[in-house]
Order: sequence, then C-alpha cells, then structure tokens
Amino acid sequence: MEAVALRNLSKVYGKEATRAVNDVSFTVNKGELFGLIGPDGAGKTSIFRMLTTVLLPDGGSATVDGLDIVKDYKQIRSRVGYMPGKFSLYPDLTIEENLNFFATVFNTTVEENYALIKDIYVQIEPFKTRRAGKLSGGMKQKLALCCALIHKPSVLFLDEPTTGVDPVSRKEFWDMLKRLKEQAITIVVSTPYMDEATLCDRIALIQNGNILSIDTPANVVASYPEKLFALKAGNMYALLQAMEHYEHTLNSYAFGEYMHASFRTDVSEVDVKNYLQQQGLQGVEMKTTVPTIEDCFIKLLKD
Amino acid sequence: MATPVIQTDKLTKRFGDFVATNEITFDVQPGEIFGFLGANGAGKTTAMRMLCGLSIPSAGQARVAGFDVYKQTEQIKRNIGYMSQKFSLYEDLTVLENINFFGGIYGLSNADIKTKSEALIGRLGLQGEAKKLVGSLPLGWKQKLSFSVGILHQPKIVFLDEPTGGVDPVTRRQFWNLIYEAAHEGITIFVTTHYMDEAEYCNRISIMVDGKIQALDTPQALKQKFNAASMDDVFYQLARGAKRSE
Repeated sequence: MEAVALRNLSKVYGKEATRAVNDVSFTVNKGELFGLIGPDGAGKTSIFRMLTTVLLPDGGSATVDGLDIVKDYKQIRSRVGYMPGKFSLYPDLTIEENLNFFATVFNTTVEENYALIKDIYVQIEPFKTRRAGKLSGGMKQKLALCCALIHKPSVLFLDEPTTGVDPVSRKEFWDMLKRLKEQAITIVVSTPYMDEATLCDRIALIQNGNILSIDTPANVVASYPEKLFALKAGNMYALLQAMEHYEHTLNSYAFGEYMHASFRTDVSEVDVKNYLQQQGLQGVEMKTTVPTIEDCFIKLLKD
Repeated sequence: MATPVIQTDKLTKRFGDFVATNEITFDVQPGEIFGFLGANGAGKTTAMRMLCGLSIPSAGQARVAGFDVYKQTEQIKRNIGYMSQKFSLYEDLTVLENINFFGGIYGLSNADIKTKSEALIGRLGLQGEAKKLVGSLPLGWKQKLSFSVGILHQPKIVFLDEPTGGVDPVTRRQFWNLIYEAAHEGITIFVTTHYMDEAEYCNRISIMVDGKIQALDTPQALKQKFNAASMDDVFYQLARGAKRSE
C-alpha cells in the first residue's frame, strides 16, 4: 500500500480563485524519501497542509497511510509527523519541556521512542534547559525534528526544512534524513533547492500549483531532450548576451562558473566558437555537459 | 586605482562577551560585484548592519561611499541602496505608489520621480501592472521591482541580503541579469547568498567563519587555492570547522 496518495487534489484561494494546487496526483511508497521540489508559491505548503489535515481541499482526494484526509483526519493526526516551514514550537518552553509536551500530546513518552531521535537529540541535549526561543537556527531545526518524530510517525512531512540554511548545515540535515529513512519512516520533504533533489528517491517538480514531472532524479535528468553544452569566456556577461542572440540557440542561461546552452539544430562547436569570435569574445571554452535537475526544471519552465 | 566604495579596517562588533564580527578588513571597488558569504551565524548580518549605518561598531574603522560608519551614518543611508528577502515593498500600495513613496523617502524631486518611474516601469515591462497592488504580483516580479526601487536614487552601492531565496531558477537568473546591468552602469553590488552557483557570478567573494573573514579572492583563485572543483567545495572546507551557528 502507498503511504501517501493524491488524486486530483486542488486548493483554490481568494476572490480571484487562484488555483494554488491544481489537480495534483502522485503517490509516495512506504519507506520512500519523496521530494517536492519547487520555488515559493508553487503550492508545496498547501499540499502539506492538506495532507496533514489542517487545510481542507477544494477538489480531489488524498489518503495518508490508507486513511482519507477529510473523513479520517483524527487518525491521520496521530500518525503523521509534521514540521512546518515556520518554527512552531513553544518559545517559552525549554528543549526538554517541548519534547515532553509533544510526547504527552501523542500519548507516549520520550523514553518509549528515544531510539528514533537519539542521534539528533544528543546534539542538543547539552542545552536541554534552554528555552526554545533562545536557540540558534540549527538547534531549533533539530528540536523541531525531534518533536515531529517523538510519537514514531509512519509518515513524516517536512516543509522546507533547509530554506535559508547555509550549505554546511543543509548537508548535515540531509544526513539526518538518510539515517531516518533507514528506520523505515516514509518522508515527504519540500525544498526550493534543486541540488537537494538528487538526495531523494523520487521527486515531483512543481510550479504554480502544477506538477511538471514525477520520477527518480536519475530518470528526470535522463529524459532531458537536447544535448547540453557548458561555455565559458573571459567576459561572462558578454558571453551570455551573445549566446542569447545566437540564431541557433534554444536555451541559454548562467550556470555557476560556466553558462549552459542548448541548440535548435545540430551545430558544431566550431560554428559556435566562430560566431563568438565574431562577437569579439575571447578565451572561449566549450564542452558538453550532463544536465542537472536545475537544467531540467528550467527546461520545463520554458516549455 | 579609484577610491574603494567600501573600506574597512579591523571592523569589530561585540555584544557583551560575544564578538559577532571580529576585525574584518577588506575593500570593495567601484562597479564590483562582491559576494559576502558565510555560514548562518558567521556575523554577516552584523557586518552588513554596520556598513549600512544601522549599527555603530565596537572597534575598527570603515568608510562606505566615502562616509564614516561612526559619524556619518545619515549620509551613508542616503548613498546606499538596500534590499533583503524579508522586507521588500508595501504590498498594499500599487507599483506606482511604491515608487513614489520610496522616491520621496530618498529625497528625489517630483519631476525626477516621474521620469524615473516611467523609465523603470518601461524597463521591467510593468506597464499593465503599474496601478496594481504589489501584493498581487508574482514573487519574482516583486523582487525585480524591489531591486529597481532600491537603486532608484542611483546609489553608489547596493546591499542585497539573500535577494534570491526561494525563487525559481529562471527568475533567479533574470534577477542576476539586473545585477549585472546595474554593475555595468557602475553601481557597486554587495550581495549575500546561500546559492553557491551565484557565488560564481561575483567578481570577488569573501567567506566569513565565526566572525572572521577566512578567505577573500576571485572564485577562480579560491577554487585553485583550496584545490576544489566548485565553490560549494570551498565553502564546505572553510565552514565545516565553524564553532557557532546563528
């Protein structure tokens, strides 16, 4: 059985009837680490809120652990763990008090499921008498994860756990998720960082309430339709502009140290280099490159 | 060489026993895109607040746009632009009202505001949206508008605090085009980001760890120095050893 299943789930907001979530369907298998990848306003949080039964859908249906998100909301609430994007623990309670509170609310004790949070909790335990409101961002995040896990949920929903977090802390957080996955907990996680997509078993790329693609990261990348090139020159700004205006260019955009480009027709590297030389560019370097999830997302957005 | 737009010498800020920013020394040249990187809690925001004239240093020296960060904070504020991810524009005002409001705050004349707002709206292609509430615009447009409003008074330098957080990859690149254009026109850009590919778009970058600047150079030179394939690697090597977080 699937851990999570959405069938044409929709959410509409406001007078202008903005379709924040538009007929979204996908399933998450038991034990899977599933990523919802998309920018702010894509509809990720609305989906999480509907699946955790704190928001009613306007169309379609969904189940979590086989239970209906509208009819069986009470049972779902006791079975899922939810870490919202915004820090939502009690700032006036200490680390220890927050954890105890959440354990009690879910009719359990910290001792009963300690094994599940041990790895994470030991990192904040030295500060257990400190109030949650006084913790650093990284520590708040770890405490929130412990509180979401303390009742041993069957599905864990993490809404943008790494937004605004520096690359080192992001890596640490994903290491924690990998270890949790080994404990057979299904994890649904959302992120605006495309590079985190490769750490998931499967991903859904989402924009403006619509799913653009659902597959394993490897398959998403493999389905990139064109040959992709990486280019570099002494003056990157001039290179970007020149490539934008090249008649054979299909897509071209900055990509870190290099820029990426694909072409409508099968042009040779010599053709491109000749053109760039005519445009006055020097030190041009060109090579084929393997697309990343970010390239795929850009491609899907431009289609 | 031209006078640097930012010049600091052992700039320090203490909060009690805690040294948030610890003797940082660096220069930023006119028209440069300078990336100011660091882990959460490394002291970036504190440093930026001092450079924007919002916080008086505990020790050290700094001049921004030619003005002293201790004594000339008002002149600094008048000669810089600032944009953060959190505060952008007034959502309940229209595009035009926001431009008028900020133009007024920056002390521009009505005639000047009129010309500038027409040019800005034309450049961003917002003719159809000029009278719409900013709150109704997509996030990407808000950010582009916010940046353009931030440089309405043609400051010598603009401070961008994580300007592209949470934005889709296409809009993120469009935003960087605006940054390049502004730099091309001679505005100095001082930018923080958690996207390491964006670090590559900067002329030079500094990386702060635990209150100190641990590295400062071009992306190319930093990668060579740390024998790293990407800026992500460089950042990881430096910030991994950080003792504090925010």
